[in-house]
Amino acid sequence: MQMKRRDFLGSAAAGTVILAAPMVRAQGKPRVVVIGGGAGGATCARYLAKDSQGALDVVLIEPAEVYHTCFFSNLYLGGFRDFDSLAHRYDRLAADYGITLVRDRAVAVDRAARQVTTAGGETLAYDRLVIAPGIDFKEGALPGWTLADAEVMPHAYKGGAQVQLLRAQIEAMPEGGTFAMIAPPNPYRCPPGPYERISMVAHLLTQVNPTAKILVFDPKENFSKQGLFEEGWETHYPGMITRIGPDMGGTALEVRPATMEVVADGVVEKVDVCNVIPPQMAGAIAQIAGVTEGDWAPVHPADMRARLDEAVFVLGDASAQGDMPKSAFSANSQAKVAAMVIRAELTGSRAFPAKYSNTCWSLIAPEDGVKVGASYEPTAEKIASVESFISQTGEDAALRRTTYEESLGWYAGITADIFG
Amino acid sequence: MGWRGFLLLAGLIFAPALPAGADAFVPPDARAETFGDADRGAGFWTQCKGCHEIGAGARIRIGPPLSGLFGRRAGAVAGFAYSKSMARMGADGLTWNWGTLDAYVENPKALVSGTRMAYRGLKDPQDRADLIAFLRSHSDRPQDIPEAAPTARRLELDLPADLLALQGDPAWGEYLAAECQTCHRRDGSDQGIPSITQWPVEDFVIAMHAYKRKLRPHPVMQMMAGRLSDEEIAALAAYFATSGE
Repeated sequence: MQMKRRDFLGSAAAGTVILAAPMVRAQGKPRVVVIGGGAGGATCARYLAKDSQGALDVVLIEPAEVYHTCFFSNLYLGGFRDFDSLAHRYDRLAADYGITLVRDRAVAVDRAARQVTTAGGETLAYDRLVIAPGIDFKEGALPGWTLADAEVMPHAYKGGAQVQLLRAQIEAMPEGGTFAMIAPPNPYRCPPGPYERISMVAHLLTQVNPTAKILVFDPKENFSKQGLFEEGWETHYPGMITRIGPDMGGTALEVRPATMEVVADGVVEKVDVCNVIPPQMAGAIAQIAGVTEGDWAPVHPADMRARLDEAVFVLGDASAQGDMPKSAFSANSQAKVAAMVIRAELTGSRAFPAKYSNTCWSLIAPEDGVKVGASYEPTAEKIASVESFISQTGEDAALRRTTYEESLGWYAGITADIFG
Repeated sequence: MGWRGFLLLAGLIFAPALPAGADAFVPPDARAETFGDADRGAGFWTQCKGCHEIGAGARIRIGPPLSGLFGRRAGAVAGFAYSKSMARMGADGLTWNWGTLDAYVENPKALVSGTRMAYRGLKDPQDRADLIAFLRSHSDRPQDIPEAAPTARRLELDLPADLLALQGDPAWGEYLAAECQTCHRRDGSDQGIPSITQWPVEDFVIAMHAYKRKLRPHPVMQMMAGRLSDEEIAALAAYFATSGE
């Protein structure tokens, strides 16, 4: 797969000459550059290329050759999926949709000149820029932990090798040992994710180390699907899971990777595995591009356009848009709205009112699936929740099994929608 | 699209003609007894008994036994191999009561798209009421059946008469369809989530309105369909009728 092509340089050079009239660049096609090949970026690139049928030059900048989804990585931890089932390549986006893949990292954005620079030194001019980098972790926000400590206390919250490391650590725990999680403060990627992970770790431990204990240190009063998870933990893993909330020291936390200790409200706890899910912010390139305010990039609710630059769109976790949770489903939903708007602006195609939605499925135990979801609409100030639903406690096994099977169908559906 | 479809939908949504002055809020299960004639309904049973048994000791044949049907969850007879569609509906909460049976008997595929029941449907509302009254007389303990199931139809709807005659805009439909395709596979595969590609327009419109009115039970679909306008449903139907890569 050859992704870097000489003609980038040519077209980029042409772009700098005709910046004042980007619609008539040398090759006659407006260009959209998309940074980030996850649920937001890859979806947006695919819809732009698919629907414009060659009228747009779509460039996707993504350093990884293979993308491992963070969503469903908990099911790998629990032993319900193999690691390879989470892997997706970008080949079809290039072969079937004509997207130009640039396998590199974007390191700079010159918004005045409308161009992106990659780590390899390539410069790419754009008419519209889509920034979809997901999350980064806030250095120093959790006392005692830096990114360098992730090899000892993994975050495992971006998919990939970190998740494999965490699973290996769990499997290597001593009999009756302690697994600890440091849960993140709001807002963070995938609100039910940490608690689905606790469920999956509990399931794995029930199989391989049934006297082990799980401690969840949590700075939040409440969490997503709390009633459903707590009911499930009581049913499937009685006595195994203890959550230390803010009233018990969940907010005054420190970790000591060297000695594998967690300090909560001054009390030192020795643990065997410590999964640190740190406080989060928009991926670095959003900060570098200067479209963030605080930790996230504010966007217009109607189309995901950055509030700080009309030619830039920010999708998914990195954006501050209102009520939608940071999830792959949300990013995918937002990407389709942005693609529709960008295409209309650059090619004169029809524009339609934005529709946003989200559903999150979580697995609590084998065939015990639950879900939560909502539909959204843009208002003047934010993307606002319109209607929502959530699984109920006490549901029968048949419904929970159907919900789990539905989540498998969703995974197949959304990954096909993202990667072609 | 056309009037045949509209009548289908009207039958699905509206209650059968009520006797003059009838209370619009008769509990749906009571209606089977109030408005149906079980003796006359026994005559229609001849259309069912090739596949179903009813009464004491009824067994699984080509179809599941229909004794004790009222209040039973769809797809709930142990040992019977239901269609994926029916099993899903049951798991989602579809329960047999006057309203759901009336919709199912009228047009089985309108309520449960992939049902294996090869039955053309009973179009006359009074015929259906009679047959359902007959079925109800074979429910084991009808006095224990809750009177207002969550899936009961609404009785007061103000549908424009030209709902199904709406000409959908397929380009709009294609945009809207992107939301469906987060879950429903473009290539028509149906593991865990049903396929919706290449659906006949009428079936699609009927199904969406059945979700929108919460006659079909699935919460995600109720939410998705609930915010679609009639024009949007028509646009989606126009798109999906021909989609499928």
